[in-house]
Amino acid sequence: MSDFPAPDEIRTEELLITIIARLLEGCRLVSSGASSPIPGGGCLLARHQSGGAMQVNVLGSRANNLMTNGGVELFDWAAQGRLDAFFLGGGQIDGQANINLVGIGDYPQAKIRWPGSFGSAYLYYLVPRVILFREEHTRRVFVEKVDFISTPGTSDPEVYRTGGPYAMVSPLCQMGFDKDRRKFHLVSVHPGHTVEEVLDNTGFEIDVPEHVPETILPDRATLDVIRQQISLEIAECYPRFAAKVFPEAMNAA
Amino acid sequence: MTGIVHDSVDSLAALIPDGAKIVVPADYTGIAMELTRAMVRRGVRDLYMVCLPVTGLQGDMLIGAGAVKTIETSAVTLGEFGGAPRFQAAIGDGSLKIKDATCPAIHAGIQAGQKGIPYMPLRGMIGSDVLANRDDWKVAQNPFSDEEDPIVLLPAIRPDFALIHAKKADRHGNVYIGIRREVMALAGASRQTLVTVEEIVDGNLLRDDATAAGTLPALYVGGVAEARKGAWPLAFWDEYPADEAHMTSYVAAARSPEGFQDYLDQFVTGDARAAAAE
Repeated sequence: MSDFPAPDEIRTEELLITIIARLLEGCRLVSSGASSPIPGGGCLLARHQSGGAMQVNVLGSRANNLMTNGGVELFDWAAQGRLDAFFLGGGQIDGQANINLVGIGDYPQAKIRWPGSFGSAYLYYLVPRVILFREEHTRRVFVEKVDFISTPGTSDPEVYRTGGPYAMVSPLCQMGFDKDRRKFHLVSVHPGHTVEEVLDNTGFEIDVPEHVPETILPDRATLDVIRQQISLEIAECYPRFAAKVFPEAMNAA
Repeated sequence: MTGIVHDSVDSLAALIPDGAKIVVPADYTGIAMELTRAMVRRGVRDLYMVCLPVTGLQGDMLIGAGAVKTIETSAVTLGEFGGAPRFQAAIGDGSLKIKDATCPAIHAGIQAGQKGIPYMPLRGMIGSDVLANRDDWKVAQNPFSDEEDPIVLLPAIRPDFALIHAKKADRHGNVYIGIRREVMALAGASRQTLVTVEEIVDGNLLRDDATAAGTLPALYVGGVAEARKGAWPLAFWDEYPADEAHMTSYVAAARSPEGFQDYLDQFVTGDARAAAAE
């Protein structure tokens, strides 16, 4: 039987990396995107757990780069059907899984302007397992309706679409998305949090099953891999993140 | 006669007229920051700036200096250092025209430019507000399908200048780019490529297979100049990391127009740059 650390021994980032790795199980090729240390960590953990069967591309990495034809190659993989999973965040995400990476207020003169849509308006259509990920679970992020659709959660039947939302992961919970009903449902709530807390902090309606399980924490062995190995691998691209979350590993290195 | 190798980065910057259409790569490809500073010193105006596919400090600095009229990009961000302050301010006050895109759409437009064809079709985008706000993009029926199959068509992008920083060039103007193949697309689509390099080397990079496969041939190159630590304060390939302390101080300074102007006075028009970059 696995040895499980106490919940308060586990950092939120470590839990999120663990959940993301679980969601990638069975994938052959996955990639993380820009500004994505936790998804990048999840990919690297999933590769470790796959025993090397999974190919992982960490955008911006030298050690974990699989592209030899320039940055466009990632998008070519997606269109070729080779890329099994990718990650998208969003300043706003709404109940129909639409994502806004552009800003708040009237476009183009937004009141608050975010960086921009990156590859979302393409990859969301073509990657089967798009994992939505935010480190903030509040009503200002999870809104009834986004101000700008960087990329839509679902498409009309005539639109070529082999990909879309597969799961949503936040510091409070994990959700799934029903494409036909265009609606999220609660999958599990992380230890220390409640269904009420999730509902209070979500600005759209979600389906809640009668029994909502608690998210399974990483076991001791997984936590050791994250702290001793994944921490160093992710530090290559995200030194500031690694110094904040894994100070022990960074100091030892 | 001025050869392909220029004596100074400022002499390269002088080639770029007001109103030029430029294309720049993402930070991991190699950013010509010293050339960017020279463009600000020259006071270039009304640029149409295309980013393949995103920009960071380079775009923020040019926008803050009033050099950019229109930007076509998939994102402007300083990455781990946060949002781009002068970009956000210029969007807020309406002084910058933005053509929001998605990364592969800019790649596709540049590839069409590289191939000399009028447009490139691309999946995705249908139903997004990115597409809804681009009246220069079209949706057409896939002519090879019997079923209803709409697909987006992106017009070719043909910039006047591609601007990059690379590790080395020879005196013929051949430039070593290594694995950064997007430079071939940028250079092919653009009328000419202006390059700064860490060093100018003897010999000919095209004569040896080991370097030739990763070399941008001089035929694409409009001018090259040596700029040691020319990407500073950004990271450059495996050569040097980002200057974190400087990036943090830039972000703080650029929060206000006055702070940004002080920054330019010190590190762009002033002489604090050489000491800081060492």
